[in-house]
Amino acid sequence: MISRRHFLLLTGVAIATPVKAQLPPNIAEIRKAALQEAIKKVIGDAQVRQGKVKVDIPPLIDNGNAVPVTVEVESPMTQADHVKAIHLFTERNPQPYVFTAHLGPRAGKARVATRARIADSGDVVAIAQMSDGSFWSESVKVIVTLSACLEEGLI
Amino acid sequence: MARVVVNVPAEAKKGEVIEIRTLAGHPMETGFRRTQLGELVPRDIIRSLVCSYNGVEVFRAELHPAMAANPLLTFTTVATESGTLEFRWSGDNGFSVTEKASIKVV
Amino acid sequence: MKEVLLAFSLFLPLIAVGEIPLSERKSGYEFMSRETRAMQDDEVTGPAVLTLLDGEALWGKLGCQGCHKDAAVSMKGVAARYPAMVDGKLTTLEQQVRHKAPQLGYESRDLLALTAFVAKQSRGMPIEVEVSNRTRPSIDRGNEFFHRRQGQLNLACAQCHDANWGKKLAGTPVPQAHPTGYPLYRLEWQSVGSITRRFRNCLTGMRAELLPHGAPELVDLELYLMWRARGMKMEAPAVRP
Repeated sequence: MISRRHFLLLTGVAIATPVKAQLPPNIAEIRKAALQEAIKKVIGDAQVRQGKVKVDIPPLIDNGNAVPVTVEVESPMTQADHVKAIHLFTERNPQPYVFTAHLGPRAGKARVATRARIADSGDVVAIAQMSDGSFWSESVKVIVTLSACLEEGLI
Repeated sequence: MARVVVNVPAEAKKGEVIEIRTLAGHPMETGFRRTQLGELVPRDIIRSLVCSYNGVEVFRAELHPAMAANPLLTFTTVATESGTLEFRWSGDNGFSVTEKASIKVV
Repeated sequence: MKEVLLAFSLFLPLIAVGEIPLSERKSGYEFMSRETRAMQDDEVTGPAVLTLLDGEALWGKLGCQGCHKDAAVSMKGVAARYPAMVDGKLTTLEQQVRHKAPQLGYESRDLLALTAFVAKQSRGMPIEVEVSNRTRPSIDRGNEFFHRRQGQLNLACAQCHDANWGKKLAGTPVPQAHPTGYPLYRLEWQSVGSITRRFRNCLTGMRAELLPHGAPELVDLELYLMWRARGMKMEAPAVRP
């Protein structure tokens, strides 16, 4: 027969252990702020304009572990007028950066495709950094679903 | 050595914009996952891919944990001259892989 | 006797809740989004490509090539008829490969790569497993397993995959559970895995007894599912969410 003290101790341990791994209740605000900060690091004090950038990503995602995404930016890609870099961010991942692609006139086209991890439904933001110092962006909303019968690390 | 795939057209016309598709075998461990015991699995990712065309850098990407496992990167470049495209992936724990592809520009 | 009849009558409705008619059968491919399908169709940079290349390399390195020569010829149609009777025992493709290369553990990277490579040689071919006095008992056992309520959720595979396919479970469509694409790259796993791994996922999800790799119940189940998918085209290695 277990003593009350022993029982309370065990209960305390059982509760305390997963708390370490729990997320704070305002996690959405924290991550949104991290996204804004990451964007600010890229653009500094400049204004970001909507347009020129197209983010091609499924609006309803089968599984957030591998989401095909293509970012394309309208640009003649000449020495005088080209895309210097494309930055991709997410709103709800543990950290906001996905990739930064450095282009230039030798790219011919400003189009980069990859597969990203999107943790949760929210915004996906692409920012294009132009050779004239301007910034353009597009933000799309995605919904992430989960597959059934998760295995929790089992093989 | 990790397996990589590089898909470059064997031949192109001078000035043509060609598509380059790359794939690298790597788990891209995010550093946010936990074991069954609650311990964090340390981050282990590819951090960059650089593509050089006859020695001149034409594309560079910085990768973060939000890139899916076995990262795919597809991009374009102008076929300027015949020669070699070199791809270098580098990342955490000294990860470094290079691959070359030849192109004939007519 | 009364108890047996009562128990049987509990099973009866599930077995009677029919199988999907042959004309209505759809591969899991058809339940995925356009973009996920594109990942399966991408033969150059799809998620399973690296595993296939590893498998091809192993085919040479482990000596399979010595006897079997060109896999595209010798392995054509093989995966479409497994599990098969080998020396009187019902054997899965993984078990057959392990028979020749016992150093490869279940669900190891190399075994998955090799079976994916072998299975690929049957792409596009119709599934056709042996149906005979030898295999009938296994098919029947697999059938019973598929229809049996199990685990803490008291759930049978058939309840989702026969009776409710196409409907959404937590926003995701329920497929019909045809093994046309195994071994496959499951986005959830972020790697290629076998059908047994998938079974074990389901058993865990159902909170049912977690049978090990190689368990005869799971071999029977695999045979039943392949029989249930007879005539459907192989698409291994597939991509699934």
